[in-house]
Amino acid sequence: MLDATQLEVVQLSLKVAGTAVAFSLPLALAVAWFLARSTSRWRMIVDALVHLPLVLPPVVTGYLLLVVLGRRGLIGGWLAEHLGIVFAFHWTGAALAGAIMGFPLMVRPIRLSLEAIDAGSEAAAATLGAAPVMVWLTVTLPLALPGVLAGLVLAFARALGEFGATITFAANIPGETRTLPLAIYSFIQVPGGESQAAQLIVVSIAVSLSALVLAEWVARRIRRRQT
Amino acid sequence: MSLDLDISLRQGAFKLQATLASDERVIGLFGPSGAGKSSLLRVIAGLARPDAGHVRINGRDVFDSRHAVNTPTHRRRLGVVFQQPRLFAHLNVTHNLTYGRWFARKRASRARFDHVVEMLDIGALLTRRTAALSGGEAQRVAIGRALLSEPDMLLLDEPLAALDVARRAEVLPYIERLGAETELPIVFVTHQLDELLRLANRYVAAVDDGRVVFAGPTADFLARPELLGDTGYHEAGTLLRARPIAHQAVDGLSVLALGDQRLYVPQLDANNTGDEITVHVRALDVILAREVPADMSALNRLAARITGMTETADGQGVEVRLDVAGQRLDARITRFSAPAMRLAPGDTVTAIIKSLALAEQAWQRLGGL
Repeated sequence: MLDATQLEVVQLSLKVAGTAVAFSLPLALAVAWFLARSTSRWRMIVDALVHLPLVLPPVVTGYLLLVVLGRRGLIGGWLAEHLGIVFAFHWTGAALAGAIMGFPLMVRPIRLSLEAIDAGSEAAAATLGAAPVMVWLTVTLPLALPGVLAGLVLAFARALGEFGATITFAANIPGETRTLPLAIYSFIQVPGGESQAAQLIVVSIAVSLSALVLAEWVARRIRRRQT
Repeated sequence: MSLDLDISLRQGAFKLQATLASDERVIGLFGPSGAGKSSLLRVIAGLARPDAGHVRINGRDVFDSRHAVNTPTHRRRLGVVFQQPRLFAHLNVTHNLTYGRWFARKRASRARFDHVVEMLDIGALLTRRTAALSGGEAQRVAIGRALLSEPDMLLLDEPLAALDVARRAEVLPYIERLGAETELPIVFVTHQLDELLRLANRYVAAVDDGRVVFAGPTADFLARPELLGDTGYHEAGTLLRARPIAHQAVDGLSVLALGDQRLYVPQLDANNTGDEITVHVRALDVILAREVPADMSALNRLAARITGMTETADGQGVEVRLDVAGQRLDARITRFSAPAMRLAPGDTVTAIIKSLALAEQAWQRLGGL
């Protein structure tokens, strides 16, 4: 079915998208929490920043990432020198680009589900002896779970399909940053590559659909328990 | 238990300025909607932070602005039952009930769990999801959840207010049992006089416009119609304590002993004899007579002595304070009748009360609540 190169592409894509959502989830929870509950005037600014990747051309996002996190970038240079962390032209760069592009899609459903939680339940938990962290872990998070799940799936799909920012920031290096969309694009560019591209297209559709179906199934199970 | 607080809290245009100190086990917090009762309860629970003052529970400072003390809610060890049950939707009934056990200093035992479940009659609900509960059932589970967190004090914030009449009647006896079957100090918030008289008939703190306008025995409070709000004119009166001695199913009456006198009320639910119950007698329902008419439908004819007479606040009537078998009873009569009958303190009269006027005012008084 798939040859070694194609298989590598699929594995790399899953690794890149998986890493992207795994690392952005804690931050997305924190930001969604802030947006849902804070009355600070910084809320608007944070909200706008989070949504920026959604409205900017992805190539612009990729370029900005290059400027800031490239090897000679403002932060990238320091990171490479002191911590040995390199993003540009590296698979971690593809993951970072995917994470940033998927971030607004992850934050939004989490935020909505947090806003839907009756603060009364949390106050009740506190009166029953639960410290704030425990309230969060035992009441807030479980009640927000459907939203968290939706955010994960959306962000995963977005990271999986990320093209513009990735190719600008991490380039199109086979085995390193050539994820599904980049591979499909590359195959289409060479004469006779259409069939290989078509196979990868089928794989993308299958992976994305499975993620959606899985998320829906889990969400239903949660909802059935809660209503 | 003891509760000692003196706090001020500004919320927008509303100002709460409350002072209260009481050693009573059960305190009723009474007042109209928006008076600040719930805000006061939130302050006690640590859910709202006062601008200044102190809150002391059982001698323990949980808030003191001068010493920067503010114990967070989860360490105050107070069980709270809110107007809405506020159950955890992601947990079933059992896990809701045991939620507080994770954090309790001394874990409730299995026997204790069973006892609370039995007391609240929620055994059949244990495996249910919370969404499948009726309003009354959910509120009973919420009470159980608060009890099983083993609190030092129970705060009930209008637990019946969100329920319809039928559900209210369903839950009320369970709250009554809290007083009888536990030693737990309770603060009970309500804007309904009947709930107050039934559940907190010893001590009441009345809140109005952000201030505690009365704090003292419920019986004294009941004698002050100006404090009772819209219903004051009709509801003002006295609480008599009497002992059921017979239930005459045939006549549909229960006979209560009031010293060596008899009080007839429509038959009570329970068939207990011996335990004192409380009867709320409205001052408007009491007729005074020098001579008892020979053939009269009203059953209650109590020998009474006048101990005091005051003109009512509106100037329309006279409040006559009576002594019946050592207990106080108030009667309100017109400004005309008092001089016409030449009533004066020290006189003996007969207080006549229709039994049916006491239909919904005779309560099984269980324990201390």
